[in-house]
This record gives sequence, C-alpha cells and structure tokens, in this order.
Amino acid sequence: MTRAAPSSPRTRSSRTGSTGHTLPWPVWVPAVVGFGLIAVPVAGLVLRADWPNFLTLITSDAALDALRLSLQTGLTSTALCLLFGTPLALVLARSDLPGLPVWRSIVLLPLVLPPVVGGLTLLFLLGRTGPVGQLLDAWFGVTVPFSTVAVVIAQTFVAMPFLVVSLEGALRTAGDRYEAVAATLGASPMTALRRVTIPVVLPGLVSGAVLAFARALGEFGATVAFAGSLQGTTRTLPLLIYLDSQDDLDSAVALSLLLVVVAVVVIVATRTRDASGVR
Amino acid sequence: MTRVPRLVLAALAAAVALGVAACGGSGGEQQAPPRTLTVSAAASLTDVYGQLKTQFEQAEPGTEVRLNFGGSDTLAQQIVQGAPADVLATASTRTMQTAQQAGRIQGQPVTYATNQLQVAVRPGNPKQVTGLPSLVGPQVTESVCAPAVPCGAATEAAERAAGVTLDPVSEEQDVRSVLQRVTTGNVDAGLVYVTDVRSADGQVQGIDFPQATAQGAAQSYLIGAVAGSQDAGLADSWIRFVTGPQGDAALTQAGFRLR
Repeated sequence: MTRAAPSSPRTRSSRTGSTGHTLPWPVWVPAVVGFGLIAVPVAGLVLRADWPNFLTLITSDAALDALRLSLQTGLTSTALCLLFGTPLALVLARSDLPGLPVWRSIVLLPLVLPPVVGGLTLLFLLGRTGPVGQLLDAWFGVTVPFSTVAVVIAQTFVAMPFLVVSLEGALRTAGDRYEAVAATLGASPMTALRRVTIPVVLPGLVSGAVLAFARALGEFGATVAFAGSLQGTTRTLPLLIYLDSQDDLDSAVALSLLLVVVAVVVIVATRTRDASGVR
Repeated sequence: MTRVPRLVLAALAAAVALGVAACGGSGGEQQAPPRTLTVSAAASLTDVYGQLKTQFEQAEPGTEVRLNFGGSDTLAQQIVQGAPADVLATASTRTMQTAQQAGRIQGQPVTYATNQLQVAVRPGNPKQVTGLPSLVGPQVTESVCAPAVPCGAATEAAERAAGVTLDPVSEEQDVRSVLQRVTTGNVDAGLVYVTDVRSADGQVQGIDFPQATAQGAAQSYLIGAVAGSQDAGLADSWIRFVTGPQGDAALTQAGFRLR
C-alpha cells in the first residue's frame, strides 16, 4: 500500500518524491506546524525527564511488571487481530455480503467510540452481572474482568479496526485480477488466497499489524474501565503512567519516554523492513 | 492543477479564522456578572458545593460561583501552575500543602470536615462482610483505591491498623471507580468513603469498621483562599459560608463529619 508499483531507480532526495516533482511550497508550512504539534510535546517530555534517576525509575518492580505485561498483552492482541481481522478484511473487501456498508461501519465503531465507552460495553457484557458474564460465572466460575485476559480483550477490541482498515485498503488497491488469473490456471480459492492474495497485500498486512500493536500498546480507557488496575495482572504501562501522574510525576515522565521508545522502535523496525523491499 | 489547492487552502484559512474568531468571541461577549468567584474543589465535594453554590448566590445577589471539580492533586498542581482560582478546597492535607509551599495560598487554610472509609457491599450484604479481616481470601472479592491516590493511602493506613493485608482484584485510580465496581456487581466489596455510600442512593450498603478512625485513615477537608485572587473579599465570604451553619448542614447531610 505504501509502495508505488514501479519503484524509481533514482535514490530519494529530501525535496523530491519518488516520481521527481517538487512539492508546492504551501504544503510545507502546515506540514511543519503539524510536525511540531506532534514533536514539540515529546521534546518537552525529554526536557522534563529526571535523567539522573531515569534508569532507577524505569527499572522499578512496578515499571518492569507493567512493561512485561504491556508487551505480552500487546503482542497477544496483535496476534488475535491478525487471526480475526484478516478474514474480516477479506470479507469486507471481497465478499458480496448484503448490507456490507453497515457491517463495515460496525467493525469500525471502536475507531470513533471513546475507548472508555468500549471498556464499559465490555464490562456490561462480560462483567459478573452482564448477560454473558453471568453465565461464565455460573457455569465455569470464571470472572473475566480484572484478569489479564480482560486486558487482551480490551486491546483487541480497540486495535482490530486499525488492521482491518489497513488491510481492506490494500486488498482494494491490489484488485482481484491476479486471483482471477490464478483461478483460470486451476488454483483453488484457498490456494489463490494463500499463494496470491496474501503475498500481494503483505505490506498492508504488516503495516496494519504495526498500527494494531501500537494502538494496543497505548490502550488506556477500555482497559481501565473493563480490566481494572492491578500490578502484574492488569496494570499496563499506560495505566501505571496515569497512576504515577497523580503523585510521582518523575516516574510518569520516565515511563512515558519508555513507551515512546518502544513505540518508535516498533515503527522504525517494521518501516525499514517495508522500505528495504522485504516482502 | 494549481486552482484546486488554492481553493482548499482558502477554505482551510477561512475555517481556521472562523474557529479563532469563535473562540475569542465566546469569552468577551458574555454579559459578565459584577462579581465572579472561581472555586477549585475536590471531586468528592461535587454534590455539597453544588448545593452551597445555589444558596450562596441567593444570599449574595449579583455573584456567580464557578465550580471546578477534580482530583485534589490535579487541582493543587493547576493552582501551582497559575490557574486562575479564588478558593482551593482539597480532600487532603498534603495537597493543600503543595499549594501552600508554592506560595499560592493566602493566610492559613482551615480544616473543616473529615470523611471516613466504609466497606461498601451490595444491599443486604450477601457475603456477610463484617470488617476488614472478613474481606481477606478468595471467597470475597474486593476493589480498593491504588496506594498512590489519597483514598488508597487511607486504605493502607486502615489495613495497618487492622493488621491485615487485603487481596484486591483491582486498585482503582479514584474512589468513584471503586464504588462503580460494587454497584455493577463486579466485586463483592469496596473500600469507599461514607459520602460515596450516601451518594449511591441505596445501591450499596455501608459497613463501619473500627480502623476507619485510625491515624491516616480519615480524610481531612481543607479550604483556603488563593493568593492574588481577583476578589479576596468574596473568597473569604465563600469560606465563611462553607464553614458556617449552612455549610455544616450540607456536609453533615452528605455524610461528612465536622471538625
């Protein structure tokens, strides 16, 4: 999705895009303002940090527990997003299901819903007095809220649309001509999906997975409403940061920077893979 | 080619200009009442102060009280950072000291009320909770405030006094979240303040326990005038009102204890 089909043999220069024409100047001013809006606050975080104690702050028990839990739940949610979101995007992009726009808008609901609303809806459904939670409690003695599973469910809920949108866009851009050709050559629908469709949209799938992971990593509202907050079980990095912001700002700032670093590493790692032509 | 971006830019510029104009306009065009008082108050005072605001505005015609509710820590930080307020009312001594040490409080703040913890349970007390020791163990699930926030510090003090360590399923950011866990039936019990139990209108039942009065377990409510207030006289009137008979009545009714 991010790559133009015939890639230019020339190396990129900073002022010209891959097709060679210069950007008109009115693009630059708002672009710089937009960049500043994102970058300046992060720089402010760097300035505010208590650097002499930085290492101590990010290696406290609470911080390490939160980091481990964040990575663990973030990766699990991303895997679930891939498992359920990929077929979902295929259905939305390629099927002739009646009422597709309605189904799509339901899938995209978590994008527009405030995360805390998502968390409350999950709580009303799966909480101990909710219609499903009641049955789980009565039949299996299982309580979903306040567990690590609840964190994963909340993260998957908010992150899945990012994967679906990204992948559906890639599927639509790629079109279905290759699959049609594969079918004429005798490939079964499953083979065409596995050998043609997925490889063609792999960059879109990767960037969708990265977006979903980043969203899961930063998840706060749905988690705090649905899963609660307990060290080592449900208190992910964003929850710890918010808690610390009440009484230990230095720790909150240090952990925020840690989260920024993790996010940047993930984005850069996958972006460079994408740009260097690894498919 | 060049016409379209210009049109887009012009539209954007117009939108920005309109937005800025709208922001500027709303403040200036209001017909300001002669005297306004801005009170930054702890969230747990929402009901009491809302009620007192109406009474105060009736008692002092031509005044308007603006109430800004939030966590005491947040409010104290805002005032330290120079937020415009005339009165600060916190739910802990520590947060008032934060504002005091920054030189933002005029004179000496007054401690006028306290609030105590209770165990909130579902009506009828189905799990037969009696006190803190009865909460320990997996048969009763409970939710408490995180130790970092004032109600969590109070909970810890009560635990120490009782010689028990609770095993909460969740440590919440604020006391209202703890209450919500109980009212929605997701936990069997929660440690909240008497005022929270009262405000739940019968959705929960409050159970007293002896350690609620222990050192550090009770929460103090302080009020002080902010230094450099626009209307120091009016700020003092509000403080006298809150600490006077009408304030006492409203506080008592909400479940606060007077000091």
